[in-house]
Amino acid sequence: MTTPLLQSNDVSRQFTVGAGVFSKKQSLMAVNGVSLDVAKGDVLALVGESGCGKSTLALMLLGLLPASSGTILLNGQPVSSIPRLELARRVQPIFQDPYSSLNPRKTIGDIISLPLRVHNIGAPEERQGMLESIMDLVGLPKRYVTNYPNQLSGGQRQRVAIARALIMKPELVICDEPTSALDVSVQSQILNLLMDLREELGLTYVLISHNLAVVEHIATRVAVMYLGRIVEERETDALFSKAEHPYTHALLASVLTPEPRLGIPDSHLGIEFPNPIDPPSGCTFHPRCPHATDACGVRAPKAIQREDGAFVECHIYDDDEAVTFKSEAA
Amino acid sequence: MSALLEVKNLSVDIPLAAGMLHPVQKVNFHVDKGETLCIVGESGCGKSLTSLALMNLLPKKAIRAGDGILFDGDDLLKASHREMASLRGNRMGMIFQEPMTSLNPSFTIGNQMEEIMLQHRKVSRQEARDRAVYLLEKVGITGAHRRLGQYPHQLSGGLRQRVMIAMTLMCGPDLIIADEPTTALDVTIQAQILLLLAELQREFDMALILITHDLGIVARVADRVAVMYAGQVVEQGTVEQVFEQPLHPYTRGLLTCIPIPGKTKRGTHLGSIPGMVPSMIGGIQGCHFRDRCPHAFSDCLSNSVELRSIDEQRAYRCLLSPEESARQAAAMEAAQ
Ligand SMILES: Nc1ncnc2c1ncn2[C@@H]1O[C@H](COP(=O)(O)OP(=O)(O)OP(=O)(O)O)[C@@H](O)[C@H]1O
Ligand SMILES: Nc1ncnc2c1ncn2[C@@H]1O[C@H](COP(=O)(O)OP(=O)(O)O)[C@@H](O)[C@H]1O
Ligand code: SF4
Ligand code: SF4
Ligand SMILES: [Mg+2]
Ligand SMILES: [Mg+2]
Repeated sequence: MTTPLLQSNDVSRQFTVGAGVFSKKQSLMAVNGVSLDVAKGDVLALVGESGCGKSTLALMLLGLLPASSGTILLNGQPVSSIPRLELARRVQPIFQDPYSSLNPRKTIGDIISLPLRVHNIGAPEERQGMLESIMDLVGLPKRYVTNYPNQLSGGQRQRVAIARALIMKPELVICDEPTSALDVSVQSQILNLLMDLREELGLTYVLISHNLAVVEHIATRVAVMYLGRIVEERETDALFSKAEHPYTHALLASVLTPEPRLGIPDSHLGIEFPNPIDPPSGCTFHPRCPHATDACGVRAPKAIQREDGAFVECHIYDDDEAVTFKSEAA
Repeated sequence: MSALLEVKNLSVDIPLAAGMLHPVQKVNFHVDKGETLCIVGESGCGKSLTSLALMNLLPKKAIRAGDGILFDGDDLLKASHREMASLRGNRMGMIFQEPMTSLNPSFTIGNQMEEIMLQHRKVSRQEARDRAVYLLEKVGITGAHRRLGQYPHQLSGGLRQRVMIAMTLMCGPDLIIADEPTTALDVTIQAQILLLLAELQREFDMALILITHDLGIVARVADRVAVMYAGQVVEQGTVEQVFEQPLHPYTRGLLTCIPIPGKTKRGTHLGSIPGMVPSMIGGIQGCHFRDRCPHAFSDCLSNSVELRSIDEQRAYRCLLSPEESARQAAAMEAAQ
């Protein structure tokens, strides 16, 4: 087997919150034991509700936040041992907000070519050529070189962010909600661009998105995250046609496609996302799970391997638990 | 049947340093009793200002004009501030995207809910409290009695939006205007809030104007739809008509931009609408959509384009006939 481009082994990240004068310190596991492989050329989508730990995981994959435990490997090499500049060249982010992620006082040309200067790549005239070709690639007219971010539309700003991420020819691009601040007519242009660039440059993406229709359209694999853990991971077709985890079912049931007459689905999720400072015992999904039994509140499920490298974390699929599960459910 | 609300040629102008902004231009629509109208369009097209204009809650410097906002026969354009204040929260309720804009952070949930009713109805505080508890339970909030003593910041975003909905229902309004009520929420919570709104609407026989940029929500919630572009309504019809036989090139374009699991083929190019929304400062000559329209021709620049009614439900704003525009769209699709 070839080494995955990106590997995360049992990665966790803990934060300390509420350390005020009157409140006592509490700890929060934002990411709690995540193991994932991303093969070269894959588009791995990370989905789940707000606060489940997606961005925290992304920051660790980018080397911008150290893991509390576990290891992250890039081409088999621990990211913690890769020099900062080199890592920044190989793994690049594209964030949600094209407004706040661009320096308002720098021109578009300066913003996109900054990485070249930081890494001291090329003579000035070579840099100009690289700048022009990357702007061309992402569909930004050259006349914008001397403009400032506030003179561009939201979609154009996101193109600038993409150009800046790609000018160093990274191996891996981590996109955290790259289109959720954009109108649909602009979102589709950016998604088309991301798909084209993947093909042309052989890129690998980790894509964080709330929009499952977008995920279905461009991801090759999907990881479903709940309270800091991946609870199901499989190939995109399989996830959309035969998801197994009750939480994945609820997420899929909440997708509102633009098809009249279908009405509003009931996800049966009942109460809201739990407070990560005080996570439920056992399977952390049990207070919202329509299939939960007493065992679910006591024992945390383990990852059960399924076909094609897929896995699901739920007692229902655990043969060792099946007996108790079936008798309790009956 | 006479409409509960009929909006005739409503316009909003805002003087800015750069010139006069025309964010809402001769907007027409109506809502019948118990019906859901969705107003859909991309950011900045004038949806929120339209809804604020209905409620007379526009920013101070904005200028409102029109031929009428008829609510149950009364023209709200002619209503005094006092008359409007007695309608708002009473017969007309409003739900905003961020519930904190309408919840007061320094009063408890219970206090705020009770006050609304005490202000508009001759009831005792106890009666108002009973209704608040009843409605909090209705919107799926557990431990309603305990919640009355909580402050808005002690609740999650989804719970706050539920409280907001319960509060809007205190006086049993005939019409609710909800501006992007679920945009700030997770998709899971969004579906639940929309389901709740639809159920309550049926139960209390209220009309709902739901404003959103999300075509998925529109398809699932609306009876009728008004599509806005650059300050104007460009298409109106029943939800089936607009989604299954869109008449305006903008609506048609928008519908091709959205991936639909199981329908759009994975990895293929999505449709897109090249170009940008025109500036609404000063006048726009001709059709507002002409710079981005694949069918634009010379008349689209020289002629002004009015909203044309086909029948009581259906209207659109384009110089091409429905047949011609559909023919051109089909030809373009075939050429791809
Ligand atoms: N620097 C930090 N200090 C303390 N807590 C944090 C910090 N960063 C994140 N958290 C907490 O960790 C959890 C996971 O946060 P994260 O931002 O990763 O969520 P997310 O899945 O990206 O959510 P969203 O969909 O809203 O972007 C949350 O409970 C969050 O409040
Ligand atoms: N208070 C205001 N002052 C000046 N311009 C405004 C104000 N509110 C909104 N606008 C402008 O009016 C247009 C329509 O705004 P809005 O109704 O909020 O759009 P939508 O709700 O459809 O996104 C936009 O161009 C917006 O920038
Ligand atoms: S382990 Fe139990 S509670 Fe958790 S998802 Fe499976 S059935 Fe539901
Ligand atoms: S009037 Fe002309 S530019 Fe406007 S939508 Fe119709 S064809 Fe396109
Ligand atoms: Mg995030
Ligand atoms: Mg708005």
